[in-house]
Amino acid sequence: MKAKNASLSAKRQRSVYLAAAIFLLPVAALLAVYIFYPIFDTFQTSLFRWNGISADKTMIGLDNWAHLLRDSSFWIAFRNNVLIMILSIAIQLPIGLALATFLDFGGKRLNAFKTAWFIPLLMSSVAIGFLGTYALATNGGIISTISHWFGGGNIDLLGNPKRALLTVIMVICWQFIPFYMVYFMAGYTGLSFEVYEAAYIDGATKGQYFWMIAFPLLIPSMKSAAILSMVGSLKYFDLIYVMTGGGPGTSTELMATYMYKQSFKNFNMGYGSTVAAGMFILICIVSLATMKLLNRRKED
Amino acid sequence: MESYKKQRLKSAAAWTMAFILASIWLVVSLLPFLFMVLNSFKEKFEMLVKGVFVLPDSLNFFNYKTVLEGSFSRFFTNSAIVLLVCLALLLFISACASYPLARFKFRLSNPIYALIVACMAIPLHITLIPVFKMTRSFGLYDSIWALIGPYVAFAAPISVFILTSFMREIPREIEESMEIDGCGKYRMFFYMILPLSTPGLSTLAIYNGVNIWNEFSFAYTLTQTAPNRTLPLAIWEFQGEYSMNTPMIMAVLTLTLLPMIIMFIIFQDKLVKGMTAGAVKG
Repeated sequence: MKAKNASLSAKRQRSVYLAAAIFLLPVAALLAVYIFYPIFDTFQTSLFRWNGISADKTMIGLDNWAHLLRDSSFWIAFRNNVLIMILSIAIQLPIGLALATFLDFGGKRLNAFKTAWFIPLLMSSVAIGFLGTYALATNGGIISTISHWFGGGNIDLLGNPKRALLTVIMVICWQFIPFYMVYFMAGYTGLSFEVYEAAYIDGATKGQYFWMIAFPLLIPSMKSAAILSMVGSLKYFDLIYVMTGGGPGTSTELMATYMYKQSFKNFNMGYGSTVAAGMFILICIVSLATMKLLNRRKED
Repeated sequence: MESYKKQRLKSAAAWTMAFILASIWLVVSLLPFLFMVLNSFKEKFEMLVKGVFVLPDSLNFFNYKTVLEGSFSRFFTNSAIVLLVCLALLLFISACASYPLARFKFRLSNPIYALIVACMAIPLHITLIPVFKMTRSFGLYDSIWALIGPYVAFAAPISVFILTSFMREIPREIEESMEIDGCGKYRMFFYMILPLSTPGLSTLAIYNGVNIWNEFSFAYTLTQTAPNRTLPLAIWEFQGEYSMNTPMIMAVLTLTLLPMIIMFIIFQDKLVKGMTAGAVKG
């Protein structure tokens, strides 16, 4: 009887495995073809000199990698990514939180604000990129026009290497602040009404409620938001590629735009793969380090 | 009483301040759209001569007419086909994969789940060159069908992540009672799990739908000629054609934004919720 039971449960277990395998197969196959194999392939291609089209593909060992380590354009691009990351977190999160707080305190009567504030998020990055190039144009752009009203001259934002990156970051913030607004609004909904009620009965002002109660309770949300913003900033591509193409010079170059230009504009796919692989490694390191840092603080 | 009055005065001042700041942000949010819509109704030289924030002479739809009579509908149709095919495939296979991860007990469940979830952080650029090569060798290069595979693959990890946590919430009792009735795993999936997951699936449809509708990198790399491109690239094509005609470009931009605005008006809260579905705690 016991042996029969054991074989029955083994059989059952086997049928569970079979069913699991069948259900998981489509996603597994797709990830294998479009994600896992390509990662492997990119690392492999990074060892070759290859223009992407011809059969002439020369194995050059680690030459591309040695070049990457000395390639100032790549490191400038990485620095720009990090700058975007830091400024995105420093600008988007506080403003997003402020807007969410305003909407939470004001209640339903502020819905018109909420709706209007959300609209930038509806536009694709590409469309924002194009709109940005025209809206911030030196001649007839929004900022230049406003400057004219106050008697100033044209302001060149995107053509000036010193201002271009900051300008682009402001556009990115404009796009994503509504996202963090909605995100923190969800955070506020998660705080129980009793907490607010208790604070209110105890005579806490709105300011006290925010700083002493809501803010500390929202810290976990903020941590996740920071991670999201960080990972997004390091992968950033669309908007900047459309708006500046990485220029002028290398002033708004990102790892992704640099990789794209090397591979598909200069047809240097061997080195492009190296840049992509380098970007992948850097993103892994930064993500792991941040998560470890944030998790350690959680344990304290 | 005096202090109460003082406090009310203080809070009124704080609210006034908050409203002023909120209004400033309102202007910042909407000014670019005002710029876009206002100028889309102008003629080419009208904008240059009269300035960007002056109302157009008349509400002329000339730019819109030109854009719509051009290849815009082709881009739109392409995007719609890609969207529908991708969503149908994505939702079905993600639901399939989430079912065993959420409801079966087997040893490999956690490692597989972790592996799929880890894919969420992978930048698509590391796959761009190999996917480009593969697409060429499959003979799919420069067709909208080239986009289906990468879109579904990159949307799958987050979809599985969200659906798995959704399916875990379905009460065990229903499943047990059906098991006693002799219902197998496959029937269970189609007759119970899938119908009960509809709310999760609709959130995912919105989240992934918006991303697929706006996707740029793969579309730009894997297609080449205008008839085979999707809506985000329409602007690119029109810009090549009308580079000096800003009002025309503004009309294109307004038209690409319009479907999203319509969706936003119809679904509002659902759309907002769906678009931020990706923001789950990591």
